[in-house]
Amino acid sequence: MHKLSTFFAAVVAAGLLVAGGPAKAADPLRIGTEGAYPPFNLVDANGELQGFDVDIAKALCAAMEVECTFVKQDWDGIIPALLAGKYDAIVASMSITEERRQAVDFTERYYTNKLRFIARKDMQLDISAAGLAGLDVGAQRATISGSFLEEHYPDANVRLYDTQENAYLDLAAGRLDAVLGDALVNYEWLNSEAGADFAFKGAPVFEGDLIAIALRKGNPDLVERFNAAIRQIRADGTYQEINARYFPFDIY
Amino acid sequence: MDLRLMVDSLPQLLLGMLATLELVALSGALGVVLAVPVALARVSPRAWVRAAPLGYIFFLRGTPLLVQIFLVYYGLGQFETVRESVLWPVLREAYWCAIIAFTLNTSAYTAEILRGAIQAVPPGEVEAARALGMSHALTLRRVVLPRAVRMALPAYGNEVILMVKGSALASTITLLDLTGMARTIIAKTYKPLEIFLAAGLLYLLITLVITRLIRRAETHLSTTANPRPKGRP
Repeated sequence: MHKLSTFFAAVVAAGLLVAGGPAKAADPLRIGTEGAYPPFNLVDANGELQGFDVDIAKALCAAMEVECTFVKQDWDGIIPALLAGKYDAIVASMSITEERRQAVDFTERYYTNKLRFIARKDMQLDISAAGLAGLDVGAQRATISGSFLEEHYPDANVRLYDTQENAYLDLAAGRLDAVLGDALVNYEWLNSEAGADFAFKGAPVFEGDLIAIALRKGNPDLVERFNAAIRQIRADGTYQEINARYFPFDIY
Repeated sequence: MDLRLMVDSLPQLLLGMLATLELVALSGALGVVLAVPVALARVSPRAWVRAAPLGYIFFLRGTPLLVQIFLVYYGLGQFETVRESVLWPVLREAYWCAIIAFTLNTSAYTAEILRGAIQAVPPGEVEAARALGMSHALTLRRVVLPRAVRMALPAYGNEVILMVKGSALASTITLLDLTGMARTIIAKTYKPLEIFLAAGLLYLLITLVITRLIRRAETHLSTTANPRPKGRP
């Protein structure tokens, strides 16, 4: 009995150490990302994480002179897993929102996005709340697009997907009339073969969507180190070089 | 632990639970209807009839339910011919895709449970029925199936419980079943512990009720089928 309780105490202590250990300067940083959000983060044919977010994260780690490892995590568990100490930072195209601020700390932005509808090219789509009433509109679960739809389009039939890819699949299959998503991600899909028959509809419904790195609360040093690193890669041209690999325009 | 949040989320979770129950009840009923002919084919004296459902059962028992759901939902939707067919209004809906996948899946398991039970009916009872002049169909209806159903019931109870838990996969195709609802609430609150705990308790409640119902059905069937002789200890 005594041995058993010692064992449990050791397990609990080990768990606390793993969960609570703050990242110090020399410790390798663990970066969480989704890996299903091209071109920002994706898993390539070799099972390696790739994309703008991953490249930026690597550049930031180089600027901070720390070693980084990456952890792939499904989107709807990405904040809970950060809070549970599975990794130290989320670099996964996460928008700064008030709700998320309740749970995590954000760095400065590392790019800016907009939300924009896409639909079939030949479809006349009125993107007002009345225009989308009764239509099937999709977005990824736990994104600002998802909450934007639920908030501003109460009469639309909102369908939430595990990944952005699945929302596109249903748009292509005709189960959805429109998808609301990050303009840059939509841009990538519209330029792909699957998105050839689709186009942006209307003006962006939300602009100035700031994308930043999320960290567990109560670690201002780490926030500051990330901010300094973002400024550094902006200043020394590393950022612009990565940007150019993905978009022919500045997304900062 | 945010107990307040658990209580506040309850109305939404109960809505999700209702959706889960509906999915399980409908696909379970359709699954049984499909399973009976499949099971009867499996015990046919003719070899070619016996072989017919083998591929069906092999495929549905040998692949993950998630893969089957994705094949029905995302897979079929890829084909232009499917999208232009008369079936599209049904296959377009995530709800019906889930019902189709769950029905096919459970029908394969139920058919195998039923086959085992039919084969366990004592041959003497079948011979006695035939000796009384009952036709093959009548023997099946009056003797074999009632006996088999009684024997299959405990195993079928397991299958229903597995189905309740498997139905959580409906959340992967946008349905707001109990799991889907929980995930949607977590997306807003970032409190997976509380919400999944509450959802887990509701799943427990469902399986508890189902276990009770199956047990009651077992006692009911055994007492009506073998009434105790009165007046003797």
